[in-house]
Amino acid sequence: MKNRISFKMDVRAYTLIIALLLIFVVFTILTNGDFISSRNIANLSRQMTVIGILAVGMTLIIVAGHIDLSVGSLLGLTGGIAAILQVWYGWSTLPVIIVTVLAGVVLGLWQGWWVAYKGVPAFIVTLGGMMIFRGILLGISGGQTVAPMSESFRVIGQSYIPYLIGYILTAVFIVFAFLMVGRKRKRRQKLDLALKPASLDYGTMVVVAVLITLFVYMLNRYQGIPVPLLILLVIAGIFVFISKNTTFGRHIYAIGGNQEAAKLSGINIKRNVLSVFVIMGALSAIAGIVLTSRLNAGTVGAGQMYELDAIAAVVIGGTSLMGGVGTIVGSILGALIMASIDNGMSMMNVAPFWQYIVKGLILILAVWLDISSKKKNAL
Amino acid sequence: MSILEMRGITKEFPGVKALDNVNFKVSKGEIHALCGENGAGKSTLMKVLSGVYPHGTYDGKILINGKEQSFQTIRDSENAGVTIIYQELALVKDMTIAENIFLGNEPKSKGLLDWDTMFKEANVWLKKVGLSIDSSEKVSNLGIGQQQLIEIAKALSKKCDIIIMDEPTAALAEGEVDILMGILNQLRREGITVIYISHKLKEVMKISDQVTVLRDGQTIGTRQTKETDENGIISMMVGRELKDLFPYQDNRTNDVILELRNYSFFKQKRIPITKNISLKLHKGEVLGIGGLMGAGRTELATSLFGGYEGKGDGSVLIDGKSYEVKGPKEAIDRGLAYVSEDRKRYGLVLGMDVAQNTTLASLGKISSLSFINQEQETVETEKFNAKMRVKTPSIETKVMTLSGGNQQKVVLSKWLMSGPKILILDEPTRGIDVGAKQEIYKLINELTEQGVGIIMISSELPELLGMSDRVLVMADKKVMGELSKEEANQEAILKLATGGEEHEKPH
Repeated sequence: MKNRISFKMDVRAYTLIIALLLIFVVFTILTNGDFISSRNIANLSRQMTVIGILAVGMTLIIVAGHIDLSVGSLLGLTGGIAAILQVWYGWSTLPVIIVTVLAGVVLGLWQGWWVAYKGVPAFIVTLGGMMIFRGILLGISGGQTVAPMSESFRVIGQSYIPYLIGYILTAVFIVFAFLMVGRKRKRRQKLDLALKPASLDYGTMVVVAVLITLFVYMLNRYQGIPVPLLILLVIAGIFVFISKNTTFGRHIYAIGGNQEAAKLSGINIKRNVLSVFVIMGALSAIAGIVLTSRLNAGTVGAGQMYELDAIAAVVIGGTSLMGGVGTIVGSILGALIMASIDNGMSMMNVAPFWQYIVKGLILILAVWLDISSKKKNAL
Repeated sequence: MSILEMRGITKEFPGVKALDNVNFKVSKGEIHALCGENGAGKSTLMKVLSGVYPHGTYDGKILINGKEQSFQTIRDSENAGVTIIYQELALVKDMTIAENIFLGNEPKSKGLLDWDTMFKEANVWLKKVGLSIDSSEKVSNLGIGQQQLIEIAKALSKKCDIIIMDEPTAALAEGEVDILMGILNQLRREGITVIYISHKLKEVMKISDQVTVLRDGQTIGTRQTKETDENGIISMMVGRELKDLFPYQDNRTNDVILELRNYSFFKQKRIPITKNISLKLHKGEVLGIGGLMGAGRTELATSLFGGYEGKGDGSVLIDGKSYEVKGPKEAIDRGLAYVSEDRKRYGLVLGMDVAQNTTLASLGKISSLSFINQEQETVETEKFNAKMRVKTPSIETKVMTLSGGNQQKVVLSKWLMSGPKILILDEPTRGIDVGAKQEIYKLINELTEQGVGIIMISSELPELLGMSDRVLVMADKKVMGELSKEEANQEAILKLATGGEEHEKPH
């Protein structure tokens, strides 16, 4: 028996892309084309990486029906740990990275344990974490800026992939994507499931491939693909896959959608919630490493308010604070929208206070659009 | 003259004509039943009547006492004397009865709440619906049946002429239904008109004066209740004659699949939610469990399935081997499945699609190393959809958009996919239409043929009597007695359920 293929478009994703294009067009006009110069595209993609990485983890947290207000402090603390280990204790880069990520995992475990096993609301636990982690950072750094980082550590946040390697990576990715589409089609054919026309499946891929190549070309015209952007894309790719294709991902959505039903379906709520916080801890640590590398220093104020930017990105990306609904791709687009507004307004020399006001208004607008489209669909 | 007339009502949603030229006439002071399968358009019609869908979003006319109405909001319809009591009760649980009754019309003096008047008047309304509790009690302390009565009191306090009740007895036990029937009779004597939506045709026959049947958004007809019978209404509802409502088959064997010996479960220390329960379930047997609301039937099922945190006492044997209650995961692994009474709360993740819900309890079967095989998921879901005849546009349709009967089928698919040896059905046909009920009964037969042991908890006595091989009756968290198929009848069950006499257990 064949199931019908639905050509239903993901309205939400398209709205986001249209909004993004609109923002790009407006800023391009207002900056006489500087906004989409290769240099600025590279800058923009570097600027969004830290919030982007946080937004990936935050998506899982919010989909599971929780919240994490501590990520800014967590990022600051882990970034600070990395700087202290390298600058004060002279550790080389690889061990610093490993220990920093482990620190993130441990801090995630701490928060996840309170939320999952002790039943304290995540809002409270992570509000506590926000203060505790910032306090620890202040304590261990003594309030000083810890700098400078080593050459190899700076690579993470500051360097670019050489042109040739950039193109090779792009080609490998495109070939891989085509192979995956082909494999999926073959598997569906074998099971006698409905197939979209080959032209549609492969056509979409061709369009995507052209866009990616164009993007890489733009970046290569400047200095190449920024390493932090590559880190974000790899992380996003991994978690998109996890959220869609693993039992863990499915469990997270079920828990956020209906915890009681998930529990009675044999899903271990506590362990899954704990895992989500551990992942958030690890991702915050990675974001901390990227930020410390970019700033070439660990500072006491690093990551302040980032939790709010991350949450805003996730919400703009269509994730419901009620849990159960949301996508990582949406959150990345949300982060890109926020970063574009920051970047574009800075280029236009708009006073920073306006940036806050505009971002705040856009957050409200995005959620209102979402709610009103849902109301229309509900009837 | 009729108090209410709805003429040529047509209501369209994108892609669906929910109501198609519906005509509906109600006389003053009557109890007018509105019947139809799920999706027939009853709820939509009532939403049109109560102003949920404002004037202008539908075609046709609403006349009350001969005057044309154009409701923009629910408030407008209330002012015209129409009040609706929804299937899902709309009470604020943490407020007192009085606050709930006067929610939105609080008595005030000098701009401040007049608590004394509120409690005093609320008590008057409570007496009217036969409740002897004080109106300062919190709603959360009341049973579902009592809450239903509070809704009625609230409706009466608004001085309405027409009360719409949507499945008022869906959550009520037999005894509470009788109370409700008494109140309905009293309302009729006072000249209040009731529109009574129900799937339970026995009640419809018993209480109503006229019956209107809708099918596929159209009026099929209106009959005097006296001049028709259950089968007549059913054939109007389904468009065909349903001969045998309960296709009972005897598939009993002598192999015991589940045995409870003095099983008690404690959520908190020393307060058991089930007391010393002993029972045996055989392969291929349907063991019915009857009892009133709060008798501990759902608690027994949920606790066995590991749905509560707490501690069990006594022993449980599955296939002769001891089973310790730990959690749902372990229960599923041992071959238990539990279709709960509240599918929206405990059965489905409403925001997920049909496929994701179907496979939720058996993800292990369609994944390796925790990677889900999407194609296999599609194949399995299609298989169960076909078997259960789930009506859905696609398996990627969110279950929240399906009708109650189809949602229940998805829940059943989920548990069938887990491959149970023991299936616990808690109110399996609550709030679903006759056609879907039949399909569920046939499924029960199919499963017992394959040797699955089924425990069926039901408050609908005809169903309990019609489908069970044996009936256990519970009251006050205990088993009060056991009735064989031959012994079981409504009187015997009610007698045990109300604590009449305690039977000695035969084994």
